[in-house]
Amino acid sequence: MDINTLRILATVASFVIFVGIIVWAWKRRKTSDFKDAANLPFTND
Amino acid sequence: MQVSNTQSMTYNDGVVRQFSIMAVVWGVVGMLVGVIIASQLVWPELNLGLPWTSFGRLRPLHTNAVIFAFGGCTLFATSYYVVQRTCHTALFMPKLASFTFWGWQAVIVAAAVSLPLGFTQGKEYAELEWPIDLLIAVVWVAYAIVFFGTIGIRRVKHIYVANWFFGAFIIAVALLHIVNSAAMPASFMKSYSAYAGVQDAMVQWWYGHNAVGFFLTAGFLGMMYYFVPKQADRPVYSYSLSIVHFWALIFTYMWAGPHHLHYTALPDWTQSLGMAFSLVLLAPSWGGMINGMMTLSGAWHKLRTDPILRFLIVSLSFYGMSTFEGPMMAIKTVNSLSHYTDWTVGHVHSGALGWVGLVSMGSLYYMVPRLFGQKQMHSIKAIELHFWMATIGIVLYIAALWISGVMEGLMWRAINADGTLTYTFVESVKAKHPYYIIRTLGGLLYLSGMIIMLWNVLKTASSGKAAIATIPPVAAHA
Repeated sequence: MDINTLRILATVASFVIFVGIIVWAWKRRKTSDFKDAANLPFTND
Repeated sequence: MQVSNTQSMTYNDGVVRQFSIMAVVWGVVGMLVGVIIASQLVWPELNLGLPWTSFGRLRPLHTNAVIFAFGGCTLFATSYYVVQRTCHTALFMPKLASFTFWGWQAVIVAAAVSLPLGFTQGKEYAELEWPIDLLIAVVWVAYAIVFFGTIGIRRVKHIYVANWFFGAFIIAVALLHIVNSAAMPASFMKSYSAYAGVQDAMVQWWYGHNAVGFFLTAGFLGMMYYFVPKQADRPVYSYSLSIVHFWALIFTYMWAGPHHLHYTALPDWTQSLGMAFSLVLLAPSWGGMINGMMTLSGAWHKLRTDPILRFLIVSLSFYGMSTFEGPMMAIKTVNSLSHYTDWTVGHVHSGALGWVGLVSMGSLYYMVPRLFGQKQMHSIKAIELHFWMATIGIVLYIAALWISGVMEGLMWRAINADGTLTYTFVESVKAKHPYYIIRTLGGLLYLSGMIIMLWNVLKTASSGKAAIATIPPVAAHA
């Protein structure tokens, strides 16, 4: 395969993964998990 | 029995205490060298006519001391402090953690000796010669083992976002350091880069810009995500945003380096790519800044009474300012005016003094009393004074260099009707003199604030004693 085709694929794949991360991060059912995570610094003292 | 039990139930804060104290000490040293070289630009005779004290040798000493000694010690201290507390476990391999402290101090001392002696690889922020580079690599691998090992033995399910930023900083700096420092040793303390020509320049600025992005940004964002919520006493504004902030930064930062090489022998498309990614970087930078600032929503009044919180939040204002200025300066047409002028130096210092410096000081002011079993710092008034001296110092510094930089850029490009240059180079140098005096004053104020901090930290440490912090029992739902 041409090296430039590989580069294009890597760039497009990165972008798709990033969009996937955005969608995942704002999924409704994650919010209670995130709430626990955000409170991690406060579970100590 | 009892002893081993308590030992396994307490955090390893000894190494955090060591790094915290040394961060402040090296901060004073590095900023003092900064004030000396700023004074040399005003009064050149201050180089004393000696090679060891000349500007060209002291300038890398200043940058290495403030970035790697002050910034580095702060990063080690805060990352070790935060990773233990958010993973509910003591440090993995505490002896190795202790090695990172002594190893890093050895690197700093080697830099402080070799740079004034004139040993250099000639790469900005990567001046140290190959034997020291090897030591840095060993210490860094040990750091990674301790940090990721601690995450590996965590007793909570989730890895808190601050640790993601610290982790990215550790991995990226290892990668950058090893690739950019690749060199062929010619003798002890002399080597030649593994790369040549424009490739060498591109590798250097891939390193240089990501040193800003990962050494001076990602790790300090880790501090923001822990110490801002703690000091404001409320969780971060949006955890979802913090995840997107992290990945956006990771996906874009690596590509912005070519903006340091606009209008050079670097291929044009590479320059444009660097410019485009630099512009994209505005989004994650501001996303992160907004996330930090909005953590205060509903608690803004705390800024009036709490100087530590003020350090942290004003650092975010400077972060927002310099991450707006940076993408703007990466636009090729703007860069054609700003590059090689004092504007660049001003921009770097609004990030370094304003963002990195203030967020470090805020984080250290948070940690030091807790590390030494005190309720608060020895003097709150002194923190207040430090805050104002630092802030006024930064404003004087960056305003002076904005003016002198833009003026200098305009003078260089001014052309008469017949096509000759309006000004000679030395006229532009002369015109900058008053601004160099103001810059030196700003730096002196900033240094004086740091000396007050050193006094305050030593007072707090000597009136308290090493605090033993216990790890909370495993929570049913945390």
